[in-house]
Amino acid sequence: MEPFRRVAGIAAPLDRPNVDTDQIIPKQFLKRIERSGYGPFLFNDWRYHADGSENLEFELNRHPWRHAPVLLTGRNFGCGSSREHAAWALEDYGVRAVVAPSFGDIFHTNALKIGLLPVRIPEAVVARWIDLAIEEPGLEMVVDLEQGYVEFAGERQPIDIDEHTRARLLEGLDDIALSLQQSDVIAAFEAQRPRWLPQTSALR
Amino acid sequence: MPTTLFDKIWRSHVVHDDDGVVLLYIDLHLVHEVTSPQAFEALRLAGRRVRRPDLTVATMDHNVPTTDRSLPITDAVSRQQMETLTANCAEFGIACFGIGDPRNGIVHIIGPELGLSLPGMTMVCGDSHTSTHGAFGALAFGIGTSEVEHVLATQTLPQRVPRTMEVRVDGARGFGVTAKDLILGVIGAIGVDGATGHVIEYTGAAIRDLSMEGRMTVCNMSIEAGARAGLIAPDDTTIEYLGDRPAAPKGAAWDEAVAAWRELRSDDGAAYDRAVIFDAAEIAPQVTWGTNPAQVAPVTGAVPHPDQWENASDRAAVQRALDYMGLAPGVPLQEITIDRVFIGSCTNSRIEDLRAAADVVRGHRVAASVHAMVVPGSARVRRQAEAEGLHQVFLDAGFEWREPGCSMCLGMNPDVLAERERCASTSNRNFEGRQGKNGRTHLVSPPMAAAAAITGHLVDVRTLGASPVATGAV
Ligand code: SF4
Repeated sequence: MEPFRRVAGIAAPLDRPNVDTDQIIPKQFLKRIERSGYGPFLFNDWRYHADGSENLEFELNRHPWRHAPVLLTGRNFGCGSSREHAAWALEDYGVRAVVAPSFGDIFHTNALKIGLLPVRIPEAVVARWIDLAIEEPGLEMVVDLEQGYVEFAGERQPIDIDEHTRARLLEGLDDIALSLQQSDVIAAFEAQRPRWLPQTSALR
Repeated sequence: MPTTLFDKIWRSHVVHDDDGVVLLYIDLHLVHEVTSPQAFEALRLAGRRVRRPDLTVATMDHNVPTTDRSLPITDAVSRQQMETLTANCAEFGIACFGIGDPRNGIVHIIGPELGLSLPGMTMVCGDSHTSTHGAFGALAFGIGTSEVEHVLATQTLPQRVPRTMEVRVDGARGFGVTAKDLILGVIGAIGVDGATGHVIEYTGAAIRDLSMEGRMTVCNMSIEAGARAGLIAPDDTTIEYLGDRPAAPKGAAWDEAVAAWRELRSDDGAAYDRAVIFDAAEIAPQVTWGTNPAQVAPVTGAVPHPDQWENASDRAAVQRALDYMGLAPGVPLQEITIDRVFIGSCTNSRIEDLRAAADVVRGHRVAASVHAMVVPGSARVRRQAEAEGLHQVFLDAGFEWREPGCSMCLGMNPDVLAERERCASTSNRNFEGRQGKNGRTHLVSPPMAAAAAITGHLVDVRTLGASPVATGAV
């Protein structure tokens, strides 16, 4: 995983609550077996008309929000399906951080796993920031994980993140390697599992 | 100190605790073709193996065609994804139920019917509706592909302890009211993010009264309220359901298991972080009118007006949903005509769902303007339904009787709505484009979907005359 330390850039406002992962990346793009290349399909049904032309009403198709590194949006962003493709599509498109009042739990985890930073900021602040971003489209946001703050239009908000996750993101550490260091403890746990638990070998 | 069912399962699976970050052991990992290829590929690139292929099982469900299985799969990209799963499972030694396997079906249907989903277990799957298995008193939750890779490699997941929430449903369901209506009513009240960060435990007389199928429907939709998982404590209903399942424990192991399961419930006085209480008697058959499952109303109601919402952003979101759905405020829900009916998905494609729908359909015809289909959740459900003659009831009425799979729940296979087609669907998500670009979904119970197919519009199934739904079959 790439480390996440600090990002400064334009914040694109997407003023709607409950943006589900079906909108972030529609199902027809989940058939691919690759890990990369989902950016062109991000928000596909909102971004393009049926004939494939761009929908110029859609925020991310408007200057200067195209390929903005920060997305500023409503509560419960990334709810619904567990598809990590949603986080991959945002990452591939160039988004580094998503700022919202709240997130779907699975999306939140998926994003952190790949170094895309979800930042929870109080709803009243987000609403104000979205209005400001629309009024003054060129405004930049600073997301500084090292110092632990987000700053927009002169207003600072703390980044609420546990120390463990923060350290992993700053270092770009591989979670699986960390767990594999516990192999002996895992083996000891396995030795005392109840014998009635199911096994799938017989189903092969 | 009294503890909750959740606490008991959680504590018995802690491998290691690093200052609040718990390494949680996973008893069973379910795998399907869509969310696993990148995880297997990453394992290969890192030179890692699957730690416990014997605690892992795979099925193909999302992409599979539901028409004639003897024909080749025409979608090359779908075919490649399924072939990739077959190859990955062969390489890593994992049981895999492909098309044509008698055990094939939707991942959340086959775990329970094989007896793999047992009380007290931890279960994960790269799929948000993994919450379904909570009906057995298993802690079951959806994960992303990075976590799928993590579980394949280590059989554990680093987790922080979630909060707990009790959803108590007292009383008795009225005539024509199903488990689907209970959970839609709950989601409508608490909202699509009403349980975010929480594991729900469903309690109360109306939950106890449900069959295992009904309990699975309830737990399945926990994620639609944002919950990490849904749980129902095991009882006689659970144990009876599991008795003769192929993968359930046998002999002395069965006795040990049952003894353990009898202890699995929240202690009297155990504290939840939150609690909400409902009365089943106040919940009518439900229909969604918008583009998320909380945008729902009793079928006797009308399309709401955006002005009923206080804040501007919510009003805009409701207006957006109405525009998408092509609905005007104030229109009675029962006046909404439909083009399609879909009976299927991991929410409502088990045998009892099909029985309940068939009971409504029997002796009627699908309205001429409606294209209706039934997609059983698994090959086993399909066989059982055919043994009971249910398929004939559907076929005689003009329904299509399909092979098992996810089908039009998400339309990754050829089963999709055309632009602006309107569908009464027993699935779980009415998101924009879910069943097809610009398709319009109304979520309902199986009897309500059957009733809509017959009349050609959304309708209160209770007004269609006596239906065995009233016996509590669902
Ligand atoms: S039936 Fe629908 S919700 Fe269930 S696993 Fe399949 S696609 Fe997901």
